[in-house]
Amino acid sequence: MSTSTRTGLGRILVFVYGIFALAATARALVQLGTEASKAPIAYSLSLFSGIVYIVATWALATDRRRLALVTICVELTGVLVVGTLSHPSDIEKASVWSDYGNGYGFVPLVLPFIGLWWLWHIGRRSADAGGPELPA
Amino acid sequence: MTALQFVLGLFALVVALWLVVLIVLDRQPDDYLYAALGVLEFGLLMQLVVGLVMVTGDHGGVNVAAYVGYLVGSLVVLPAAFLWSVGERTRAGTGVLLVAVVVVPVLFLRLHQLWGAR
Repeated sequence: MSTSTRTGLGRILVFVYGIFALAATARALVQLGTEASKAPIAYSLSLFSGIVYIVATWALATDRRRLALVTICVELTGVLVVGTLSHPSDIEKASVWSDYGNGYGFVPLVLPFIGLWWLWHIGRRSADAGGPELPA
Repeated sequence: MTALQFVLGLFALVVALWLVVLIVLDRQPDDYLYAALGVLEFGLLMQLVVGLVMVTGDHGGVNVAAYVGYLVGSLVVLPAAFLWSVGERTRAGTGVLLVAVVVVPVLFLRLHQLWGAR
C-alpha cells in the first residue's frame, strides 16, 4: 500500500477540498464582479479563502506535504479568526469562513482538523514504512 | 423549489443510498450506477436551461450572477468526481462519488434559497 496524501481517505479529502476551492473562489468572483464596492475587505477575504483551498487541494493531490501543512494551518487560522470576528447577520458580506462556516454546514471548521489529522496519519505511516518522513 | 429540482434531488438521494450500499459491501460501481449518474447530469443540464429561462424572464431582483454561478457550478461536480474516482478503484473512489451525489441536492437548496430571497 503506497502512502500518499491522495490515496484512501485522502482521495475523498482532496475532492472535498476541491469543492470548497470551487465554491469559495466562484463566490468571491461573483461578489467582486458584481458588487465589489459594497464590502471590499470581506470579498477580498472571500477570494483569499478560495486561493487557500485551491493550493491545499493541489498540495494534497500531488503529495506535497509541507505545502499542505502550511496551507491547512492558514485555513484553520482563517476560519477561526473570521468566524470569531464575523457577525451572523452579515449574510450579504459573508465569506465561506464567516460564522465558522455556518452557511456551509460548518464543514469549513471541521475540514482543517481532518486535514491536519490526515497529514499526521500519513506522516506516521510513511515513517513506519521506512520512507522519508516529510518529503517536500 | 421547482418540480425538476425536487425530482432530481430525490433521485440524487436514491443514488447516494445506492453508493452507500456499494461501499458497505466493498463492491465497485457498475454500468447501471454510471448510467444513473449520467441521468443525473442530464437533469442538471436541463436545470441549467430552465434556470437560464427563469433569470432572463421576470425574476424580481434575484442575484442573477450567483444563481447562474450555482447552475453552472453544479454541472462540474459529477464529471470531476467521476474522473477523480476512477483513479482509485477502492471504497475511497466510490466515496468520492458519494460526496458528489450528496452535494447536488445541497446546491438545489442553495438555488431555492437564492430564488426565495428575492
